[in-house]
Amino acid sequence: MKRHLISAGDLTKDDALLILDTAEELASVSERSIKKLPTLRGRTVVNLFFEDSTRTRISFEAAAKRLSADVINFSAKGSSVSKGESLKDTALTLEAMGADAVVIRHGASGAPHRLANWVHGSVVNAGDGTHEHPTQALLDAFSMRRRLGALEGRKITIVGDVLHSRVARSNVLLLGTLGADVTLVAPPTLLPVSVGTWPCEVSYDLDAVLPKSDVVMMLRVQKERMNAAYFPSEREYSRRYGLDRDRFAKMPDDAIVMHPGPMNRGMEIAAEVADSARSTIVEQVANGVTIRMAVLYLLLGGETT
Amino acid sequence: MSDSRAVLEAPDIHRALTRIAHEILERTKGADDVVLLGIPTRGATLARRLGDRVEQFEGVKIPVGSVDITMYRDDLRLRPARPLGHTELPPDGIDGKVVVLVDDVLYSGRTVRAALDALNDLGRPTAVQLATLVDRGHRELPIRADYVGKNLPTAKSEKVKVYLQEIDGRDAVVLVKGGAR
Repeated sequence: MKRHLISAGDLTKDDALLILDTAEELASVSERSIKKLPTLRGRTVVNLFFEDSTRTRISFEAAAKRLSADVINFSAKGSSVSKGESLKDTALTLEAMGADAVVIRHGASGAPHRLANWVHGSVVNAGDGTHEHPTQALLDAFSMRRRLGALEGRKITIVGDVLHSRVARSNVLLLGTLGADVTLVAPPTLLPVSVGTWPCEVSYDLDAVLPKSDVVMMLRVQKERMNAAYFPSEREYSRRYGLDRDRFAKMPDDAIVMHPGPMNRGMEIAAEVADSARSTIVEQVANGVTIRMAVLYLLLGGETT
Repeated sequence: MSDSRAVLEAPDIHRALTRIAHEILERTKGADDVVLLGIPTRGATLARRLGDRVEQFEGVKIPVGSVDITMYRDDLRLRPARPLGHTELPPDGIDGKVVVLVDDVLYSGRTVRAALDALNDLGRPTAVQLATLVDRGHRELPIRADYVGKNLPTAKSEKVKVYLQEIDGRDAVVLVKGGAR
């Protein structure tokens, strides 16, 4: 495995399976009374968050703490960054504090890649702009595998705001590596121009794809990133691309519904679908801690140069 | 090329495990509260075999599981991160039980130390005992086995390899002579 985890595309199939298998063994740690392992004692993990995030940050924090690492949380608000410090100077500061790993979330695509050139420790991308969010893709693949078994040949449909979604891009790359067949469904305005080069199919008709799907992953409509009108109205979007009860009924009986969160209930996903037994949305959060433990262990648990 | 010789063949391993199973029954007075926990990979296989023997002899089914010690090793930083083994506790856990740890080779004692640490996080057994197929000496920690299949005097440059039917397709313990060192 590489020293950093910046893109899901950097992972070979063996790497991805190693992370998933490691997570499978670590899942039992969350079920026992002492949820802690001594493995990363004395290692320091810095959570460097330039964008608001609750679930990803606390997920990484919980993962690092369960492995006994020391965790330093650094959020851009109220820090030296709001006084105008550059990313490089922030990185050098963290370096001087002896960070063994930096978990970075940044609004600019490519920020983790730059950071990796400036620090000696491992860099873990926790979401950069509209680029990638590899640990989300890993936890999604882990959640699917726990429900469905091996992913080879599985039909996975990702629906919604693909354009602004780093989750979609990471998932397409990782699921492709793992041998699943991915179909993206979105309004043409919410697909990136380069989507033709991605290892996946594209469709504009959700109703046609649903009956053939083993997994339907709904994406959040990222209004905060929308500075233009990508669709006429929320109501129309919801009618054409939302997963409501009727569409849910068209899915195969054992197909599952996923959502990376946070959800807009009633917009891309109906409340009763989100709360159904075939929804993995709550599991995904628990699996997030487990998969991040696996990633931190594999990056930091052995010898580091 | 280093030369190697088999020090235990399949029948020897069979007899050693039979004896250990009897000793466990004797020492624990019928193995009522005993849980066998093997250290992956080959310790877990040996634990299952011991469990089967005890059931044959006394008709009691004792819980068998495995405890992976990778995350508790003291030499993690000397090598790249290793893949994890499988930990599987019996449904009733290990609280209040007599845990018999099972491993294939007892050498420095560091694996057993890690296993004791792991047990500490998994529950509170009333007692912990240690069974090993081969004790090759050279302890680096104050640890000894309660049940030993064979005491095997070795040089530190030598290697002891255990082969088991379930994993390797044959049963044997092989002593591999070390190179010039």
